[in-house]
Formats: sequence, structure tokens, C-alpha cells
Amino acid sequence: MTSQLKPDHWRSAVKYSPFYNKIKEHDYVNEWHRWAEYTTATVLEDTTIEYFAIRNSASIFDITPMSKYRIKGPDALDFMNRLLPRDMTKIRVGRVAYTVWCDDEGMVLDDGTVFRVAKNEYLLCAQERQMEILRRNSVGFDIEYSEVTDEIAAISFQGPCTCKILKNMGFEGVENMKMFDLRFFDFPGGEIMISRTGYTGDLGYEIWTKNDQAELLWDSIYEGGKDYAIRPIGGNALEIARVEAGLIAAHVDFSPANETVRPGHAKSPYELGLGWLVKPDKGVAFNGRRALIKEKEKGSRYRFVKLDVEGNKTACNAYLFDKENGKTIGHVSSTAWAPSAKTNVALGFVDMPYGEVGDTVWAEIYYQKELKWNKRWAKCKVMKDPAWNPPRKTLTPPADF
Amino acid sequence: MKKYDVIVIGSGHNGLTNGAFLAKAGLDVLVVEKNDYIGGATVSRNLHKDWKYSNCSYLASLFRPEIYRHLNLAKHGLQVVTYNGGFTLTDSGDYLGSFSDHEVMRREIRRHSPVDVDAYDRYYHQMAKWCRFIRPLLLRTPPDPTSFKPRDLDELKFLGKKFFDLGQRDLYDFMKFFTVSVGDFLDEFFDSDLIKAHKAGSAVVGTNLGPRSPGTAYVLLHHYMGDVDGAVGAWGFPRGGMGAISGALAGALQEHGGEIRINAGVDKIMVKRGKVTGVRLENGEEILADRVVSNVDAKKTFLGLMEPEDAGEKVVKAAKRYKSRGSSGKLNIALNGVPEFTALPKGSELIKGDFHIVDNMEAYERGYDEWKDGMWSTNPYLDILIPTLTDPTMAPPGKHFMTCFVQYCPSKVKGQDWNADLLKKFGDNVIDSIAKYSPNFKDLIEHVEIRSGQVIDNEIGLTEGNIFQGELSLNQLMFNRPFHGCAQYRGPVNGLYLSGSTTHPGGGVMGAPGANSAREILMDMKISTTVPEDEGDD
Repeated sequence: MTSQLKPDHWRSAVKYSPFYNKIKEHDYVNEWHRWAEYTTATVLEDTTIEYFAIRNSASIFDITPMSKYRIKGPDALDFMNRLLPRDMTKIRVGRVAYTVWCDDEGMVLDDGTVFRVAKNEYLLCAQERQMEILRRNSVGFDIEYSEVTDEIAAISFQGPCTCKILKNMGFEGVENMKMFDLRFFDFPGGEIMISRTGYTGDLGYEIWTKNDQAELLWDSIYEGGKDYAIRPIGGNALEIARVEAGLIAAHVDFSPANETVRPGHAKSPYELGLGWLVKPDKGVAFNGRRALIKEKEKGSRYRFVKLDVEGNKTACNAYLFDKENGKTIGHVSSTAWAPSAKTNVALGFVDMPYGEVGDTVWAEIYYQKELKWNKRWAKCKVMKDPAWNPPRKTLTPPADF
Repeated sequence: MKKYDVIVIGSGHNGLTNGAFLAKAGLDVLVVEKNDYIGGATVSRNLHKDWKYSNCSYLASLFRPEIYRHLNLAKHGLQVVTYNGGFTLTDSGDYLGSFSDHEVMRREIRRHSPVDVDAYDRYYHQMAKWCRFIRPLLLRTPPDPTSFKPRDLDELKFLGKKFFDLGQRDLYDFMKFFTVSVGDFLDEFFDSDLIKAHKAGSAVVGTNLGPRSPGTAYVLLHHYMGDVDGAVGAWGFPRGGMGAISGALAGALQEHGGEIRINAGVDKIMVKRGKVTGVRLENGEEILADRVVSNVDAKKTFLGLMEPEDAGEKVVKAAKRYKSRGSSGKLNIALNGVPEFTALPKGSELIKGDFHIVDNMEAYERGYDEWKDGMWSTNPYLDILIPTLTDPTMAPPGKHFMTCFVQYCPSKVKGQDWNADLLKKFGDNVIDSIAKYSPNFKDLIEHVEIRSGQVIDNEIGLTEGNIFQGELSLNQLMFNRPFHGCAQYRGPVNGLYLSGSTTHPGGGVMGAPGANSAREILMDMKISTTVPEDEGDD
């Protein structure tokens, strides 16, 4: 890709998604932040109202700013299998895989989703930039790769009514899609891709279009969803949903290994509770394999825990202890009061061997009321499952609402 | 006759730092300075009308924040103001900008070389790792690896732990980093020659090596490991010019009862029965002291200020071999306005930062070749700043001061001493080089001060004008700086100490050598220290 950037590109340092104008119509509070090069809504009206669109009806979140890459060529499968710890031969055409990828020391560089759109073609979506990782790992593989972040407009369409709305829009057979399926559908201006994926732990889809189809897609979703309390949401609402669903975030729950300066601050898939993604015996070498086998034998340093925290004060930035006033054994990385699960959720890390499912750890919680700080000790129970994990997440075909 | 506890020779920023900490500990301190102004190479000179020239050093970043704070330099008037921007001009009429915003910087890299965009982040994190390793060593005395003293063993343990903390892969990379050339180091990250050239400048500044010479990668780090208010890698202008630093240090020294005498050049350090007794000034006056701290470089201290029989054969030999070659020059320019650079889009603020004109690695190496031949580079690397775009105090309103550091420039021109004619030719070459990119530049010039290494040596005593008081090559760093036996700030006779950049951790307006040296002196005197420890990054 040769660059079309002009010498004065810095005059407008922010990009606007093809959905920007549509989202702006619903923006009352003007709270935006930057996500990579794009501006993205933090809150549009009210975080709680937006959150309940995810759990009660249908929510639209613009994921255009995600880093997106297309990988294709005769060696595409072999390449993905070399890069990723998952067994990619198991991911058929029309399927999506959630995965992490590691450096040679088995430390996680990032997590993301890999879409097998054709036999020899994948789409890779991640929070962080991956161009150089692709470039360095592509050596010896007959593949082409390119960044398509700015060429694909995408929304995350999440909530219990989303399948019904997609059916109303005329996407025939969408109800037969299982979780992590992807399909192409006819749409004015060319095929669009729908995947049953998301970051909310609920029924939901992600819709991938060309930029010039974005506004039409938006309008048609609104038309199909006019009776279903559909609405766009900002990042704050999504954050509550992902913590409730026990999903991790780069730069919040883990520091990408290639950006981590301090020794011991990066984490392995095992330490992120993602050991199930690692297939050391898949028959081919992959990045970090030897280190991960060693870790599996010798044991990990940390354990990722999903905590049910006593009381209603979130354990924001809290240290974790083995007992009240006891020894520091870890820290909390994400918290939320879960409005659907009615649970005080914390995600965090404890030193091994603490934090087995069912164990109790303690959090020292600081919270503020009218500018005065208070302190409270809270018992935290290590949960097996995410606080929010409804049957409808995986039910096929989904109910209408 | 009055006898001081300590005499410090030279009022450069390290000498003043040293003296100030000693005075703060209650010692009777005298700093003697040969010139009629203080500061050494850390000065704001009034050389043309109402302009103030930072005519030697011109930026602050390495200056240790712990010294700033513990000597109360804010109270004594020091203010360091950070800046953004900077660019490298290309032969093709374009530029590569330095932007503080991460996303804009990525775009700028993409504009020139799409494959290097992520590499830029990787480079940044790699440098951050090495900074994190090296920064805590700055305010520490290097251990003697051959010693079995408990303190040396402790320090070696500290160093060893830091090494192994790096982890296996980084340990290999780190060892390599200290010995490779900046060219090889940058090749590991970037494809674009322009981006490499943009980065490589800091690795050859003040250095008698080319971008393909082993050891230059470290010099890059040396210029990267400083910070302004915790922003590692940032540089700033002391408000009022570099003299604001020496001015504030002098204030701190005097606050604690220390004295400064100007026009007091030292002829010899007096030694009796293996112990210093004071200094004899060039005018014959003798001043007595129990301890003498030389803030002068190792060559001039041991070969000039001491009798050879006092220094001893080994030290004399080592000092002769110590490398402090001159490789740079400087132009200080008074301007009637801000020069326009054709490549910069209208409204660009980048000119507030440091800018450069070498756009490929080959050109650096060719420039170095000319230096080896005893000539200045005809297409020199220039590090140019206009501090008055940030600091309004250094020139009359609407007028500007431009500092222009020139690499390479020999300390003698084909073996011949510098004279007015040679200086003019050298200066004209630099001015012509800038004018190629800025049509109105020449018309704006009101006054130019042209300085070769030899001019700087004659005026302030840096051997050959070497800005670091000796080269920053691995064989002259840590426990080998300036050389084995004198690396812990102690000279070859009792009561003699070194405090200049000729000692660990080396050159730059850092203050660390002076502070570390003061700590050693106080330790020898069994006085509780006033010198702060590194406050740490983690």
C-alpha cells in the first residue's frame, strides 16, 4: 500500500468512521475519545440506558476502529497455524476463532478474532496494531497480507432482539448461524459479512461492510429494529457488559508483550485463563510453543480470577489479599457492578497457587462518598463462570426476544 | 592563611553541583573559575546586543531531577520548559516531522514508509527498556569489578540483578546494543533510510565515530535516557538559556555558604607527600585546602594541572591514551526573524523543535570520512534549534536566537590550527547548507559566532572541544571512565577527586558526575550525605 498522506496530514489528526454522522444524530452529551486514529463515543446519552440496550433489546456499537487485516494465499492456513496457538485446521471456512497470539517467550501480544472467509483467506481483527507481527512472521509463507482497517466499516450488533431484527431486514437463514459462524448476505452495493460474534457475552452479531454501504446498513437496521428499542451505545456501556461477561481487554487486564518494558509484567495465555486456546500437540510449531510447554510443566506465575465481590462497592484498583489484613497476593484489573447478573464483579490476578474456583480472597476497597474516602474489606469468591452467561448466548435458532 | 575544606577547579555545572552538595553538608567550599563568567559549557553569553547565547550546550534533559529538587534550584530561578516538534529535511524537498501525538507520528512514518509504522513503536519500547536499565545507574558510583570491598560487591550484585531481570532474550540484545553501531541497531527496526537518518543524529553528536562504527548505538541511548518532568526522552530549554542552570547551581552553592572566584585559573594542584594541599593559581597565588576536586577533564587534570611525578606513571600514561577527540563545532546565530523552510507546510509548529538536514545514512558516513581526513563535513549533520520560539527571554521581541550544532568538525584543519579565515569558511559552509532549504535564512542573519573544537578548548578547557569530556565509547564507560583506578571519582593522590563528565556517567548537562563525586567525598570524610539517591521509575 503506498501512502496517500499529504505533508500536512496533521491538520486533521482524527478519523471519522463511516457511521459517524449516523451516531452523531443520537449524541446528546458530546463525550468522545480516540480509539487508534478514530474518534469514538464514550457515552451518547446515558451509560445505564445504553447498557440495557445490550441486555434488553438491541445495541449498535461502531467497531470500525478495530485493527483489521486480510491474509490470503496458498499458505494462509499454515501461516495462521504458525502464528496462533490454536489448532487452526479445526476452524472451517465460515467459522470464526477467538484466539491470542504470543511472542517466543509465550507471552501474549494480543487477543482477537480470526475469520476464515474462504479456504485460503482470513480476516484478523484485534485491538492493537499487528502489521509488523504479520510481516515478521510471514517469512517463508506464500501469503499476502494487508491492513484493511480503513476499508471495512463494522458494527457490533448485540442484544436479545438482534436476530429478530436481522430476520426483519431480510437476511434469510441468519437464525441458523451458530455462535462463531460467519456468512455472506446480499446487500445493496455488494455482499456483506455477518458473524455471530461479540464482546458482550450475549446474543449478538458483528456486521462487516464496505464504507459506502455503512449508512444504508444503519438505516436498514433502524427500519428492521424500529419496534425493538434499538439504539447506538458508547464505550462505557460496552465496558460494563464485557466485565460482566468476564472478557479481558488489552491494556486493561493485560499489557501486550511487545509493548511491555518491565520484566514480569507480560502474561501468558495460561495466566490469562486462556489455556484452552493453546494446543501444544497440534502437530506444528507455533510462536511461543516451547515456552508454553515449559510453563505447563513448571506452572504459571499468576492465575486470572473472576470474582464475586461481597457488598456493593466495586473493587476498583484494589489489591487482593489471602485474608483480611493478610498477605498481598494479587490485584484487580477490571470491575463493574453487573446490572443484569446483580453481582459485584471484579476481574484480576492472583499469585499461584491462590485463587482456585470456590476459594475466597479478600479485597481492600477504597471508595469515595462526597469527596471523602472510605475503606472496606470485602470477601471475594472465585467464580467458575462469568457473572453473565445466559443460554441465549449460544441458543440456535435464537428466540425473537 | 585561610584553608578551605574543598576547592573545586572549574565552575561548570558538575563543579557547581559538587560544590553545592558539599557546602550543603557544612563544608567550607571554594569554586575557582579561570574565566570571568561561570558555567563552563553551561552558559548564556551576551555576545551580541540583547541576545543571550547558549553558546556551548543548548538543551536540558539529562539533568537529574533529584539534583534539581534537592538543591532547590527552582527557588534559585531555574525553570526548564519542554518543547515539541522537530524535523529532518530531505534532499527531495520534503520533511520527516517529529510529532508528540502517537497517532500523528504513526501517520507521519506511514507517509514515508508504511512498513516502518509498527517498527517505530517497537523501537520506542526497546529504547524504553534500555532506559529503564540505565537510568538508575546514573546517580550511583560504578563498582570496581576487581574489588572485594563490601560496597563494590553490593553494587555488583545490584548490577547483576538488573542484568538477569532483563530476561534471556533482552540480555542478549542488551549485550549487543552496547557494542553495535547505530546503523546496525536501526537496521533491526527500520527499512527507510530517512527514518534511520532522522534517528541516527543523536548517536554521532559529539562522537568521533561514524554511524557504522561499533559503539555508537550506546550514544543514541545516552541522548535518550533523560527526561523532563518524568517524560523520558523529552528535552527542554532552561528559561534564559543554559546559564540558568549554572546560575541556579551557583545560587544553591552560595545559599549554603560556598564561594566562587572568577578570573582564577589554576596553574597546578599542589601535592605534598602524596596528599593535596591546595591549588596554585596562574597569578602565583596559593590557596590551601584539604581536598581538591577537579572538574576539568582527565587529560587536562593529570597532564596539565598535576606534576607528572605527583600523578604517577600509570595515570599519566592512561591520561595520554584517554580519548577526547574533537569532532564537532557550533554556530550561534542572531536572527531578525524566523526563517522559513520551504518543505514545511504553512502553520506547522515543528520548527519549535530540533531540526536536521542529513537525510541518509551514507551522508553521515561520508561526513565522517572527511573528518578523518582532517576536514569538516561539506554536508554536515546539523542539530538546529530556535529556543526563542519557546523562551521569550533570550532575544529582543521579534528577534531570534538559533543554536546550530555541527557534526563533524576537526579540532585541527589538516593539522593546522584554526584561524579567522578557516572559521569563516567553516561557518559559511554551514550557513549555505541551511540556506539550501530556507530561502530567507541568510537575509535574517544579524550576527554569527562560529566555534570549532579548538576555539571551545581554548576558551573553556574541554580537550579538543569534546563535549563529553572524553568519548562515550564502551572502553571509557562505567568502571573504566575515565580509566581504571580513577573511576570512583578519586584521583591518584589523597584528597584529589574528579567531578566532571570525564567520570561516570559521562557527558551531557546531567549533574550526576558532580553529585556522585560529592557523595564519595562525604563518605571519605564520614559525613552523612546530602546527595540524593535515584528516585526510580517503577
